[in-house]
Amino acid sequence: MRAIALFLALVLTTPAILASEINEAAVATDPVAEKRLQSLSAELRCLVCQNQTIADSNAELAQDLRHEIRGMIQAGQSDQQIIDFMVTRYGDFVLYRPPVKGITLLLWGGPLGLLLLGIFALLRYLRQRSRQIDAEPPLSAAEACQAETLLNEIEPK
Amino acid sequence: MNRYYWILGAFAALVVLLGIGLNLDPRDVPSPLIGKPAPAFNLTVLATPEKTLGPKDMQGKVWLLNVWSTWCVSCRQEHPVLVEFSKRANVPLIGLNYKEVRGDGDFDMSKIKADEEKTLALQRAAKWLSQHGNPYTQTLMDLDGRVGIDYGVYGVPETYVIDKAGIIRMKHTGPISPEALEQKILPLLAELNK
Repeated sequence: MRAIALFLALVLTTPAILASEINEAAVATDPVAEKRLQSLSAELRCLVCQNQTIADSNAELAQDLRHEIRGMIQAGQSDQQIIDFMVTRYGDFVLYRPPVKGITLLLWGGPLGLLLLGIFALLRYLRQRSRQIDAEPPLSAAEACQAETLLNEIEPK
Repeated sequence: MNRYYWILGAFAALVVLLGIGLNLDPRDVPSPLIGKPAPAFNLTVLATPEKTLGPKDMQGKVWLLNVWSTWCVSCRQEHPVLVEFSKRANVPLIGLNYKEVRGDGDFDMSKIKADEEKTLALQRAAKWLSQHGNPYTQTLMDLDGRVGIDYGVYGVPETYVIDKAGIIRMKHTGPISPEALEQKILPLLAELNK
C-alpha cells in the first residue's frame, strides 16, 4: 500500500516539476514545437552562409534566429506569422520558395518558358525536315538504273 | 554556315549572362526595410549608460545608423572613412554596437552573467573608440543583437540612412569605401537635407 502511494506521488508530481521549467528547454522537449522549429527553419535561408538553411547553419545569426523562432513558437504565433517576421526583416531572399509575384515571375516562369521554346523549336525543325523529304524529287531513270546495278553487285541474284 | 553563327551568337549571349552573374555581389541582398519606418528601439547610450536613445529621439533629422563591433574586422577597415565623414559632414552618425561580447568568439557566454556582459561591453567599446577615434555622435549598445534582427543585420558593418520622417532610405552592407561615401551616401544626404 505504501509502495503504491509513493509511486502515485512520484507520478503525479513530475508534471508539476516539468511545468515549472518553461524555457527554451521546454520547447526542446516538446516534440511538436521542436518539429515546427525544424520544418520552419528548413524553409528559411541563412543570410550569412547563403546556401544553407537556418536549420543547417551554425552561423551565429542562424543560432539567434532559431532562438527567435523558438520564442515565437512559445508565444503561440502561427507559422505564417513567423515567416512574415523573417520576410519583413530580410526580404523574400530568406525564403527557399519565394512567392510568385511580379519580380519573381522570371524565376518561376523561366524554366517553363525555356521548355516551351525548346518544344516549339523541335516541332519547327521536325516539320521542316519532313517537308524537305517530301519535296525531294524521286530518283531519275538514270539514278534508278545506277542503284539497281549497285545493289546487284552486293547480292547478285 | 548561317546556323553556326546562330549557335555562336547564343553562346556569346550565355557568356555575357554568366559574366554579369559573376560580377554581382551575392552578399548585397536588397533590404525590404527601404522605404519603411526605422524599427523602434531604446538602447543604452555608451557615453551615458543610465540613458537610452532610439529612432524617436532622432525625428526631424537626417541621420546615419552604423552597425559595428570591436571584434568585426571589416569595421576596422571602414573606421577611417567614418572618422573622416564625421569631421566633414554635419549629419548625426549613430553607432549601433552589435553583440559586443557575445558576438566575440573568445568568450564563453555560459560563464558571463548579464550585468557582467553589459559592463564588459561598455568597457570594450569605449576603449576601442578612444584608441581608434570616435566618429559617432552617440553609440548604442545592442548586447543581444535583438535590434540587429529587427534591422535585418546579417553582416557587420552595415549602414542605414534614415530621413527626417524616420524612414529608412538606404542600406549599405559591408564596409563603406571612400567611393561609396562620395558617390552614394553624401549625395543622398545632401538631397534629404534640402
